[in-house]
Amino acid sequence: MSNGNGSEPRKHTIAILVENKFGVLSRVAGLFSARGYNIESLSVGETLDPAVSRMTIVVHGDEFVIEQVTKQLHKLIDVIKVSDLTDDNHVERELVLIRVNAEPQHRAEILRTADIFRAKVVDVTAATFVLEVTGEEGKLDALIELLKPMGIQELVRTGKVAIARGPKARAKKVEPVKRARVSDDPRVVGFAD
Amino acid sequence: MAVKTSGARIVLECLKREGVDTIFGLPGGAVLPLYDALYDFEGLRHVLVRQEAAAGHAAEGYARTTGKVGVCLVTSGPAATNLVTALQDAYMDSIPIVALTGQVPTHLIGNDAFQEADNCGITRPCTKHNFLVKDGKDLGPIIREAFHIASTGRPGPVHIDLPKDILVKETELVWPDKVQLRSYNPNYDGHPGQIKKAARLMVQAHRPVLYVGGGVISSDAHAELLELAELTQIPVTTTLMGLGAFPSEHPLSLEMLGMHGTYYANMAVHASDVLVAIGARFDDRVTGKVEFFAPEAEIIHIDIDPSSISKNIQVHVPIVGDCRRVLRALIDAVREEMGGGVPSLAGEARQQWRAQIAQWREKQPLRYEWDDTLIKPQYVMQEISNLTRGEAYVVTGVGQHQMWAAQYYKFKYPRRWCTSGGLGTMGYGLPTAMGVQAAHPGKLVVNIDGDGSFAMNSQELATCFTENLPVKTVIINNSGHGMVRQWQRIIYKERYCAIDLPGIPDWVKLAEAYGCVGLRVTKPSELAPAIEKMLATPAPVILDVCVDKDECVFPMVPAGGANTDMILTPPTREVREKAAKSQTGF
Ligand SMILES: Cc1ncc(C[n+]2csc(CCOP(=O)(O)OP(=O)(O)O)c2C)c(N)n1
Repeated sequence: MSNGNGSEPRKHTIAILVENKFGVLSRVAGLFSARGYNIESLSVGETLDPAVSRMTIVVHGDEFVIEQVTKQLHKLIDVIKVSDLTDDNHVERELVLIRVNAEPQHRAEILRTADIFRAKVVDVTAATFVLEVTGEEGKLDALIELLKPMGIQELVRTGKVAIARGPKARAKKVEPVKRARVSDDPRVVGFAD
Repeated sequence: MAVKTSGARIVLECLKREGVDTIFGLPGGAVLPLYDALYDFEGLRHVLVRQEAAAGHAAEGYARTTGKVGVCLVTSGPAATNLVTALQDAYMDSIPIVALTGQVPTHLIGNDAFQEADNCGITRPCTKHNFLVKDGKDLGPIIREAFHIASTGRPGPVHIDLPKDILVKETELVWPDKVQLRSYNPNYDGHPGQIKKAARLMVQAHRPVLYVGGGVISSDAHAELLELAELTQIPVTTTLMGLGAFPSEHPLSLEMLGMHGTYYANMAVHASDVLVAIGARFDDRVTGKVEFFAPEAEIIHIDIDPSSISKNIQVHVPIVGDCRRVLRALIDAVREEMGGGVPSLAGEARQQWRAQIAQWREKQPLRYEWDDTLIKPQYVMQEISNLTRGEAYVVTGVGQHQMWAAQYYKFKYPRRWCTSGGLGTMGYGLPTAMGVQAAHPGKLVVNIDGDGSFAMNSQELATCFTENLPVKTVIINNSGHGMVRQWQRIIYKERYCAIDLPGIPDWVKLAEAYGCVGLRVTKPSELAPAIEKMLATPAPVILDVCVDKDECVFPMVPAGGANTDMILTPPTREVREKAAKSQTGF
C-alpha cells in the first residue's frame, strides 16, 4: 500500500469535522475500505454546533497512504476539515468498560488495582464489578492485562478521541518516488545531460 | 402565499430552472408520479431508452459534448442497479451528470419492500455525492446542490434518490438563490508563486513536453492551451480523454501517449526534462511502469482536484486550480519570464530537441500494412476521418477499434469525442451517441464500435429509431473480442479462449429489425462509397465493416512495462516472451 517512497507505516490519528448528515459515516468509512485500508478505531460525536460532528479515526499507514487518505477525505462534500494530529502535540483518550469476575478472594485486589488506574467502579454485584476507565491506550492495555487473571467477562472500548494541545506542527514532507535515469536507457540517445 | 404542488412537479420545475431541456429515462412504479407529471409538462424532452445504463451513458454523451449537466431518470431497485455502470463510468471520466432514481415510500425504506434497493448505499462509492430526499421541502435545495456539485470543481455524477411518497405529497417549492456549502469550496485560481516557478521551468527547459488530459476539455481551456504551446513551442501529447483538446494535425502535436500512444509521444515524454501535466491524472494506462515514466523530468501538475496531485507520480510543482484560469495566468507568466526575446526557446538545446522528435516521428510513424483484399481497421478510421473532415462527433465502444479511432481519427475540436477512458465500458458507444445526437440534432454523430461492444447495448437501436436519433454506427467487425485476442496472442501464447463472436447476429438484419438501415462491406474498394452512403442517409445506420481479424493495435506497451518498451510490429516469439514476463494483469 505504498508507492515505494520508503516511509515506515505507523499509526495516525486523524480528526475530521463533518456535516452531521445521514450517510456521512459510511462515506468516510467507505473511503478507507474501498482502498483496502483498515480503520483501527473510529469514534464520532456532535460538536458544540449540533450541525457538525467530529470523528477521530486511527489508521495504520505510511506517509503516502495517509496523504492520499487525507486528500480523499477532503474531497467528500460533507467533510469540513481534516487534520492529522499524529505529529502535533495532542491529547488522546479512550474509555473502556470492563465487567470482571469478583470472586471474594479477588475483590480487594481488583479494587486496589482500579484505584491505582483511577478506574471507577460503576456496578457491583455479588459476583461481578463493572469498571470504567479512561486513558491512553497503553494504560488501558496494562489494566486489562492485570484483570485478565480474575476473569474478564466482557469489555467494550470506545476507540480514541483526540484533541490538539497547542498550535499545529508542520506536516511532514513526502519523499519523491525514485525513478530510473534516461541515460540508463539504450533506446534514448543523446539526451542524458 | 405560495401554492403547493406535488413533489413530482417540483422536481420537473427545478430541472427546468437548472436549464435542463432533455432527460433520458425509463419509467417504473416508484417514479410513476414523475412520469405522470411529465405527461403535460412543457419544455422537457424525455428520451425513452431500453435499458437504464443507456440512460446514464446518454446523459454522459449529452454532458461531454455540450458542457452542460446531463440528466437521467430511472425507477427504484433493478433500474437503479442497472444505472451503476454508467455512474462509475461518469465518475472515472469526470463527467457531470445528475441521476434521479425512484425509491420505495419513506415508511417502507429498509423493509425489503418490492423493488427496494439501498440506492444511496450502492451509488455512494461511484458518485461525487448523493442524496436521499426525506422531505418535500428539501427537493429544491437538493436539486440545486446536485447541479452545483456535478458541474463545479472536478465534475462528476451526482445521484438523487426520490421516495415515491415525496413525489406524491404536495409542498411548496423552495428555491434558494445561491448554493452555499461550507465544506465544498473548489480552488479555481492556481498559486501565483507556483505558476511563476512553472513558467521559469518551461522557459528554461531543454526538452519540455505538455501532457494534456480531459481536464482541459472540461474547463474549456483548449484556446489557452494552443496559445501556450505556440508561445513556448512546446510539443503537446494528449491522453485518450484529452483528444480534441489540441488539434491532432498541429505541427506541435505528438498525438496520444501511453499504452497505445505514438512512439514519438512516449519517447519524448520519457526523455523530457520538464513535463507539464494539465488536467491529466497519470493513469496507469498512460504512465506504464512509474519508475520509468519521465524519469528525469521536473513535473508540473495543473489540476482542479488536489487528490489527483502526487497520487501516482510525485510532482515537483503542484498547481491546484481550474485549467483554463491557470493556463491564462501561466501564459502571462511565461511572457514575463521570456522578457523581450525567446533566447532559450531558440537555443541549441531546443533545436536539438525538435530535431530529435522529428527523427522519432520519421522512424516510427503510426503505420499499418495495406492489403488489397482485406479491410484494415486503421484504414476505416482514416476514411471516416477524411470523409467527415474531422468534424463529426465521434463515440466509440471499448477495445481495439477504440484505440484505432484514437490513433487515426484527426481531431480538430474539443467536445467532439466521447469514449470510456477510465472504466473502459463496453456497450458505451451506442447509448452515448444517442445522448450526443439528442443534444445536437441535425449534426453528424458517428459511433465507431466493436462487434462485442455493440452487442452489449444493441437494444438501443430501438431508441434511435423511435426517438429520431440518426446515429451512424460503424461496426469494426473482427468476429470477436479483438482486444482480448490481441492480449492472448501476444501475452498468453496464442491460447485463444472465449473470444469468438462468429458473425452472430447478422448486423444488417438486426438494423433492419429495428427499423434502421443496414449496410455491409467486405472489400477495401467498397469502403469509401459505403461511408458516403451512410453519411448521406438521414436514418440511423449500421455499417458492418468486416475487417482483417488478425490485426493488432501498435504501438503497444504490455501492462506494467515501461513506455519505452513499445511493441511496434506483429509479435515474434521473442517479443511474446518478453511481453509475457512483464505482464501484470488485464
Ligand atoms: C463491460 C466490459 N466487459 C468486459 C470488458 C473487457 N474487454 C475489454 S476489450 C474487450 C473486447 C472488445 O471487443 P470488441 O468490442 O468487439 O472490440 P475489438 O477489440 O474487437 O475492436 C473486452 C471483452 C470490458 N472492457 N467491458
